[in-house]
Amino acid sequence: MTTYDFIFYLFAAITIISAFIVVAARNIIYSAFSLLFTFFGVAGIYVLLNADFIAVVQVIIYVGGILVLIIFGVMLTNKITNVEIKTESIHVLPSTIITGLIGGALVAVLTKTKWRINEPVNVEKSVLEIGRYLVTHYMILFELAGIILLVALIGSVMIARKEKVQIEEVEK
Amino acid sequence: MSVGLNHFLALSAILFSLGIYAVLTRKNAIQVLMGIELILNSANINFIAFARYGNFGFSGQIISLFVIILAAAEAAIALAIVLNIYKQFSTVNVDEIDGLKE
Repeated sequence: MTTYDFIFYLFAAITIISAFIVVAARNIIYSAFSLLFTFFGVAGIYVLLNADFIAVVQVIIYVGGILVLIIFGVMLTNKITNVEIKTESIHVLPSTIITGLIGGALVAVLTKTKWRINEPVNVEKSVLEIGRYLVTHYMILFELAGIILLVALIGSVMIARKEKVQIEEVEK
Repeated sequence: MSVGLNHFLALSAILFSLGIYAVLTRKNAIQVLMGIELILNSANINFIAFARYGNFGFSGQIISLFVIILAAAEAAIALAIVLNIYKQFSTVNVDEIDGLKE
């Protein structure tokens, strides 16, 4: 067992155990915080797959952005007087069966298939290459991502803001 | 057995099933969102694993970058909607929200 294998199993264990806590915890705050470890574990997996830039992006956007947003959501959608923020599960048994079937089928198919594996080449300067691809091959996609982010920004502000018009009408 | 492509694929399959389980069982809308994030992460692991072992250059990594961008946009909009639902119904349990209007 090489060091690479050991590190893979370590990160895989972190990812799966914390993902299990995410789906099983009764307290939603525990869920949110173990999601943090899941994201870190997945970032470690990305590093093992030679995707160092994606790993850093994962840590910055998921841990720094989405997770903070989710915790804000948890805080804003529960009554603060409740110390324990509990949540319940529904349809546990049928969902377990369905999930087991899906997961078993996926693992079986993915591991039984003979993938054609080309020997991975070690590329240095992956950030340089990704930057070059983003402004040549994937330029349209890159611009589109910018537009999507702008639309999402405006849209979420429009959805979440207080209805100012109605308040003014009431005052009149 | 040394770690190869299959190990990464199995990991992402497990993560995907856990995400599906969260989406199916959790009552709280925010935990449903967490399940969706797990699913997106597992898809990303698949993209990057195939990009490395299939020797496709950087395309897989760039696509996973766009997946992360879309996940951020999706989380922002979904949480805005959840906040609005909470303002309307005073709850975010998805099984109690069954009306378009109060």
